[in-house]
Amino acid sequence: MTGLAEGAAVAAPAGSPAAWAWLMAVVPLASAAVLLLVGRRLGRAAPWVAILSAGFSLTLAVWTAVWLGAREAGERTVVHTVATWLPAGDLEVDWAVLVDPLAVAMSLLVTGVGLLIHVYSLGYMEHDRDIPRFFAYLNLFLGSMLVLVLGESLLTLFVGWELVGLCSYLLIGFWFDSRANASAAKKAFVINRVGDVGFMIAMFVLFGAIGSLSLTEVLPAAEGLAGGTLIAVGLLLFLGATGKSAQIPLYIWLPDAMAGPTPVSALIHAATMVTAGVYLVARMSPLYVQIPEIGLVVAAVGAATALVAALIAVAQSDIKRVLAYSTVSQLGYMFMAVGVGAYSAGIFHLLTHGFFKALLFLAAGSVMHAMADRGDIREMGGLLRDLPITGGTAAVGTLAIAGFPLTAGFYSKEEILAAVADTAGGEVILAIGLAVALLTAFYMARWFALVFLGPRRFEELEDPPHPHESPLSMTLPLVLLAVASLGGGLLNLDPETGLLAGWLAPSVVAFEQTAAIIGHGLLEAIAIALALVGLAAGVLLYRGGPRVVSEASTPVVRFAQDAFRVDELYRAAIVTPGHWLAVGLAWFDARGIDGLVNGAGRGTAALATAGARVQTGFVRSYALAVLIGTVLLIAALVGVWMAAADDLMLLGGWR
Amino acid sequence: MSALAQQLPAGVEIPEIPWAAISPELTLFGAGILVLLLDTAGPRRRTSSVIALAILLGIAALAAIPGGAAPEIVALLVGAGVLQLALTLWLHTRPRLLGAVLTVVALVATIGIAAWQYQAAANGGMVGTESLLADMVAVDGVALFTRFVVAGAGILTVLLGFAYLQDRRIHRGEYYPLLLFTATGMTLLASAADLLMVFLAVEILSLALYVMTGLARRDMASQEGAFKYLLLGAFSSAFLLYGIALVYGATGTTHIATAGVALSDPGTPAGLVFAGIALMLVGFAFKVALVPFHMWTPDVYQGAPTPVTAFMAAATKVAAFAAFLRVFTGGMEQLAWIWVPAVSVLAAITMLVGAALAVVQDDLKRMLGYSAVAHAGYAAIGLVAVSEIGTGATLFYLLAYAIMSLGAFGILTILERRQRKAIAVADLRGLWQSAPSLAVMFALFLLSLAGIPGTVGFIAKFGIVRAAVDAGLVWLAVVLVISSVIAAYFYIRVIVAMFMDDEPAHLADAPVPPASAASTAVSVAAVGVIALGVLPPAVIDLAERAATFAG
Repeated sequence: MTGLAEGAAVAAPAGSPAAWAWLMAVVPLASAAVLLLVGRRLGRAAPWVAILSAGFSLTLAVWTAVWLGAREAGERTVVHTVATWLPAGDLEVDWAVLVDPLAVAMSLLVTGVGLLIHVYSLGYMEHDRDIPRFFAYLNLFLGSMLVLVLGESLLTLFVGWELVGLCSYLLIGFWFDSRANASAAKKAFVINRVGDVGFMIAMFVLFGAIGSLSLTEVLPAAEGLAGGTLIAVGLLLFLGATGKSAQIPLYIWLPDAMAGPTPVSALIHAATMVTAGVYLVARMSPLYVQIPEIGLVVAAVGAATALVAALIAVAQSDIKRVLAYSTVSQLGYMFMAVGVGAYSAGIFHLLTHGFFKALLFLAAGSVMHAMADRGDIREMGGLLRDLPITGGTAAVGTLAIAGFPLTAGFYSKEEILAAVADTAGGEVILAIGLAVALLTAFYMARWFALVFLGPRRFEELEDPPHPHESPLSMTLPLVLLAVASLGGGLLNLDPETGLLAGWLAPSVVAFEQTAAIIGHGLLEAIAIALALVGLAAGVLLYRGGPRVVSEASTPVVRFAQDAFRVDELYRAAIVTPGHWLAVGLAWFDARGIDGLVNGAGRGTAALATAGARVQTGFVRSYALAVLIGTVLLIAALVGVWMAAADDLMLLGGWR
Repeated sequence: MSALAQQLPAGVEIPEIPWAAISPELTLFGAGILVLLLDTAGPRRRTSSVIALAILLGIAALAAIPGGAAPEIVALLVGAGVLQLALTLWLHTRPRLLGAVLTVVALVATIGIAAWQYQAAANGGMVGTESLLADMVAVDGVALFTRFVVAGAGILTVLLGFAYLQDRRIHRGEYYPLLLFTATGMTLLASAADLLMVFLAVEILSLALYVMTGLARRDMASQEGAFKYLLLGAFSSAFLLYGIALVYGATGTTHIATAGVALSDPGTPAGLVFAGIALMLVGFAFKVALVPFHMWTPDVYQGAPTPVTAFMAAATKVAAFAAFLRVFTGGMEQLAWIWVPAVSVLAAITMLVGAALAVVQDDLKRMLGYSAVAHAGYAAIGLVAVSEIGTGATLFYLLAYAIMSLGAFGILTILERRQRKAIAVADLRGLWQSAPSLAVMFALFLLSLAGIPGTVGFIAKFGIVRAAVDAGLVWLAVVLVISSVIAAYFYIRVIVAMFMDDEPAHLADAPVPPASAASTAVSVAAVGVIALGVLPPAVIDLAERAATFAG
């Protein structure tokens, strides 16, 4: 047990970057507000406001990282309270930031990749008529993610969590005049809400058990929690994570999130949003370390998601959709890692994936830019000649995600597989992980081959596009991200002694090694072999263009193309019953409840009409009423007396 | 005075008369006499005024005898004499305005004196909660609070009525003296510490009200209402008097507190106790209009000239409840186990029947009449709580009701002037377009009557519910809520007609000279509804501190 688990947080020294870390989130948020309010008047300067604020956050993040790195290893968990937010009885929530190695690593990724995407958008969105709004949302997204990452309280974290959900809604539906985009945005929002409920209930349970939502209090106290509470909180938080991080059963929103502009996809898939779930589980590691069996559930869900998404990705033909399913699949890897307690491996893969997935999406955006917004990879081919920078960097990204030796993806994936191999009961998960490694290499090679190699199929289209390389604002981020994808492995060359592992040690609690399913050297050899086989097969099979599907396998391919028809399953199992339930309830409300109310109203009116008839207008009947009332009153009083008479007799009573 | 006492035969005591304590009643009564005098004098009212001045100066001289009244009183008497002379000289050609001004002056003076008494009582210096005039009158919290409300309601009534009575050609000279006499009766009723004084006060206020109800001599509804009110009032007075007689027979006293103690003595004949309580209960229930003794209310409220109705709703209710509280909650606290169940049931029936019958009314005055019945039921809950909280809640409720009903009837007064007819719900369609400020204020009063938060009606109802729950009468609170739900229907029906009906009512909207006095009165009520609804603490505190009875 180290770091947070010991409650070793110290207050941020005044003037240190940790005391200013809150500005990291606030500046982009403020910039977003400015852009939303007066963005149109800023005109061409609007994107630069956004880029500058993102740059500010990155600078501050780097400074904070450097400052934190210079401190003693045991003093790298720093808390700074900005203001009191909710003083409500027992619940006291401050606006406080928690600066620790995990938070800093995350904020470096968020601000670094985020900044590159901001720059890229400068070129990509050049011709859009609503640039200020777009950049405002980007900034909002960045700031929200930083609120999430830096939040010292689960409630602050939740605020960021919800804001991120809101931003994804706003950005996926950025071109909201198309119905498909609007409904994709709605889908993302609604499905995320399902996970949010899990998060919320987990917070309620934690508050009930511990009486605080502050991470510096909750995490040390997690050790003393009852087993049932731990399991409930662990599962509920994971439900929240499956929403944001697109895992089974809530992954279905992510492929549809392609509807947004491509930089948004890159942002969602690489830097923000989907990393939130992994971050949450890593953040709560002192809790999960006590329930390794739940961790195994997490890992199993991750493995299943990785496999399903990889299989679907093989059959997709949209340039972004392949990448979207690959994200879901790679996130599965991350959950495999955090599930077996290899948090540094999980965060490592999160970072490297951030690099190469951002790279791939931005490359895809560059391709679509060149192809006049066409996205079907079957209609592309041979683009490497027209787009040398895009193609070259995309090749780097493909190799990295496939786990080609010495790329960033190779190291991070290797560590995950090794960690699974060290976990008792991890055999099946390990096998799936290896299978997914093969599939990943295959579908990414297919993707690359269809887009960049082979014959130039787009020339046969009506109105063929004339592809040309993208401007510098778009290619520069590609090159930088390619460098990161190549060299990212340096962050953690070894699972135990690597830079990142040592860095994260104060923040996360790793599980003990419980088994040795397979030797790490052999595992590495197998993984390399699988990656090479997958890559070779993909390139060789698809170099000549899309393949004709044989009749025998058509149904299977169809099934994969339709993403295993999970959407249809959900529609049949949940949406349609929900619809009918709503219709039924609406009917019940209209007929039953309203009927009851209306009936009560009519009944009262009828009674009153009858009652008003008593009011004849004749004084004699009024007097009669008074008389009857008097008699009844006397009778009532006597009745009361009779009821009490026995007691009074005992007391001597009235005569 | 001492010289006078020496000449009397031994054994006869001259009670020392605490002029200061009963000065509000004296002020009101004196002003009533004065206005009557000036009115009957006709063209010679300047002469009469001089005579009145002479009389007042004479009284002042008498009071100034050493050992008599305090110098302040002498100064007040002289001041009053000079003021009335000045006003008469100024307004001698406009007798109605003179009457109205003098009435308002008298009512303002009453409030001032009551405030002074309250201040003195709060400091512990004045009469406090003492019985005076041979235990006939008590000046205590309940009495003072009632004086405030009655005098305030009287001022607003004068303001509301002036133009209305003028237009309907029923602006008679006797209106203002009657108003002052009935106000005298009301304040006296609230401070009566003796059952005989209660009866006298009831008669004083009732007789004046009978006449005021029938003020519109050519209006059959007005005549019918007055006649019914007179007959049934006499009928119920008989019950009250009979009850008082039985209590006297059982206990040998008519002093409320003493009789209450004596009644609860096990040696007192049970039959007399029950009959006495029941008959007095009938008398009070009639005055505050509890079902089934409410039958007169809709007819009288509908028939009486609208400003009179407003005054009746606002002031009569508070005075009658004050006496009701004093006799039952105060005097017969020991016997609560006998009468609380019965009155609780009466209150419950009243709430439900009043609200339900209002639903089917179309005439707004009649609807508000039934609503007044329901509100009497709500106020009665504080009574049966038999606690200081309950008494305070009832007093505050009555204040709130006085403001709301004055406002609502005030709006009707203004509308009746414009449309020259009784107002039905349908006549209000589209009022929002033709008279937005009237519509908004009427909506405000109706919402307050319905008890919507943000208005005084809510605060008042909340106090009542709290008192009921504190007293363990949760079922009454539940009935109150049910009744309020029913009542909300007819209040909101009017609002819907005013604001949401697209087709405006086609009515002669006669161009009448604007009555700034009436508008002022209604605005004051509106401000009161909101101010007390948003910031009620000061007045609630006043009402709770007023929840004390003279021993």
